[in-house]
Amino acid sequence: MDFNFTEEQTMLRDTVASWLSDNYGFEARWAAIKAGGGEKPGAWQAYAEELGILGAGFSEDLGGLGGGVTEHMIVMEEFGKALALEDYLGAAVVAGSFIRHAGWNGAAALAEGIIAGTAKPAFAYAEAQARYTWHDLKTTARKDGDAYVLNGHKGVVMGGPTATHFIVTARTSGGQRDRAGVAVFLVDKESKGLVTRDYPNIDGPSASEVFFENVSVPASNLIADNAIDLVERVIDEATVASLAEACGVLQKMHEQTLDYTKTRKQFGQPLASFQALQHRMVDMYIAWQQAVSMTYMATIKVTEDDAATRAKAVSAAKVQVARALKFVGENAIQLHGGMGMTEEMPVSHYFKRGTLLRNLFGGEDKHIVRYENLSIGKDA
Amino acid sequence: MNLEFTPEENAFRDEVRDFLETRYPKEVAERQAAGLELRKEDYFAWQKVLLEKGWVTPNWPKEWGGTEWTPTQKYIWSEETAKVDALQLPAFGVSMVAPVLWTFGTQAQKDRFLTATRNGDIWWCQGYSEPGSGSDLASLKTRAVREGDFYIVNGQKTWTTLAQYADWGFFLVRTDPDAKKQEGISFLLIDMKSPGVTVRPIITMDGAHEVNEVFLDNVKVPVDQRVYEENKGWTVAKFLLSHERSGIAGIARSKRGVDRLRKIARAEFSDSGEKLIEDPQFRRKLADLEIDITALEYTELRSLASESAGKGPGPEASMLKIKGTEIQQRVTELVLEAVGHYGSPYFRGFGEAGNAYPIGPDYAHQAAPRYFNVRKTSIYGGSNEIQRNIIAKMVLGL
Repeated sequence: MDFNFTEEQTMLRDTVASWLSDNYGFEARWAAIKAGGGEKPGAWQAYAEELGILGAGFSEDLGGLGGGVTEHMIVMEEFGKALALEDYLGAAVVAGSFIRHAGWNGAAALAEGIIAGTAKPAFAYAEAQARYTWHDLKTTARKDGDAYVLNGHKGVVMGGPTATHFIVTARTSGGQRDRAGVAVFLVDKESKGLVTRDYPNIDGPSASEVFFENVSVPASNLIADNAIDLVERVIDEATVASLAEACGVLQKMHEQTLDYTKTRKQFGQPLASFQALQHRMVDMYIAWQQAVSMTYMATIKVTEDDAATRAKAVSAAKVQVARALKFVGENAIQLHGGMGMTEEMPVSHYFKRGTLLRNLFGGEDKHIVRYENLSIGKDA
Repeated sequence: MNLEFTPEENAFRDEVRDFLETRYPKEVAERQAAGLELRKEDYFAWQKVLLEKGWVTPNWPKEWGGTEWTPTQKYIWSEETAKVDALQLPAFGVSMVAPVLWTFGTQAQKDRFLTATRNGDIWWCQGYSEPGSGSDLASLKTRAVREGDFYIVNGQKTWTTLAQYADWGFFLVRTDPDAKKQEGISFLLIDMKSPGVTVRPIITMDGAHEVNEVFLDNVKVPVDQRVYEENKGWTVAKFLLSHERSGIAGIARSKRGVDRLRKIARAEFSDSGEKLIEDPQFRRKLADLEIDITALEYTELRSLASESAGKGPGPEASMLKIKGTEIQQRVTELVLEAVGHYGSPYFRGFGEAGNAYPIGPDYAHQAAPRYFNVRKTSIYGGSNEIQRNIIAKMVLGL
């Protein structure tokens, strides 16, 4: 039994944590959000050059650090603590995961660009009608000579405004909800017929609606075809990374609540001295700790060969973490009282991020059903 | 035990429906439907229509323009107005300070303020909470020192809802710093245009400007603007708080919220490709929520019945506040869940709307801000923790 990190992993965490604490204070982050853009100017370049974390999940052959889900977990947990705005999840975790598992010829060139910070892919997978069923696709890709022609609309593409490419799921054959016929493409953002509409999200980072109207994509940009198993594997790995981010958010909300209730006095004593509130904070602590345990469990199991084992572990962890985000988040605001409602208190920003993380890649309902189905040997 | 409506009550319901259908201001309805922030003039437009009909202050005594509705009629009114999403006039004037004035005020105070409040000529705000005095309201420090015919008031209030629009405020101030904390407080009416009053916005996490800080710097307040006796302000405050709590359950609004939620669930798809309303997990949550609302509704009806039998709103109102706010919060949580991916975009940040490239369905635009905003309901009006203390002490005798 070993839950310890290697020396390299500990160094990675220290490097990221120390850079974020020097460069990602609450005020600096808030100023970046208010300025528009949804990212902190210069941060991405720092991730590429100063920190070298964009290749954490790529093999050494491809110029990366040779890591994988554990390295992503470490980075994302630190990002969660700092509420870092940039789309590390799409550009490094998702792209890294596709490159690791797809066996695609374009991998080396894309990896080089990502590691250098010059290529920044965003993951365009969501469609309004599909909810969290990744093979429910209206976006189509029709073969046309040496190219594919894409048509459709992808919603809420995180990191879209500053992306250079989109990693797009599209249907090459079959009906809207068939598992067969799901392909993955790398699409240059400058492609003709591709329109984006950018906007901020309620928690700060930006996203885009991406519309494809007869967008021609070279066949060499087909990352994989008939690839729903691959897509689900990648999203499972991305989900684990987002759970790690959630753990960072949970830790901060719990710490801030403890600090606040120890200093805030009512009826002549600190709020923290009231037993009813102590018990609440203990329950928050337990929820956070269980979330961390499940995130570690999923990080270990998501690398297993058996797809059902992987999926079950991720769904179980997702359910637990989503519940923790609700309980810890809502109570963190409640125990901060009116102050917790204001945009000037950091806790409200953690609560907003945590709330959106609850439903990212599917909320409790999707994952509990998936877990149940896998438990009785049914298709997820 | 009788839950049937009489023919007269049904006729009244028809009259209310007809009135709302024909007279509710169209422009206000459009702003609400578009999810736009409501302005002072929107409230005034509605208040004017109500005034013409004579229905602006149903709870007031007849001599000041009350309707003398029975509790059942009031219940019908609140149901029907909620169904069409009619604006609720800010409670501070017609529902909060007015009962204080007709109960504790001098004749001169009643003459000066009641009709003007009813007509919408005065917009009120409430100066209760202070940075150091939230749940422990009686520890408030804003100081009023008597100088001849005036009080000189210094201090800071916070969470003052819509103070940016207010003409007058009712304030709790400390007039005797040496007395026991509840016994040195007075209730003052302060003209918000007085020199020395400064209002500063507080922006909440949903991005809204709803609450404010109010700074009072040597504000001169005539003594005839004190309601009830000096140092007896806590009696007034407790009376007012019990009125604030009784309307706080918001049951009719929550029912309306469930209707809206059901409509969204009919439009959205579930993971299995059917409509979300067909999804067993989601349906169960909807049913749970409605059962909770029904339990609260009948709890409120029992409380109304005992009120109409002559007992005022008692500490049981705390139960309505706790459950009512939890339900309001749950409704918004399920809306946010129902809209899926489109709970994330921030509508205020969209800029010019482009119909060619829309961002999610209209009903999703306010889902997250509402969920964030109603976290306040379990904090304000005496936090739900304080309400539990009240029940423990006053109802259970612990």
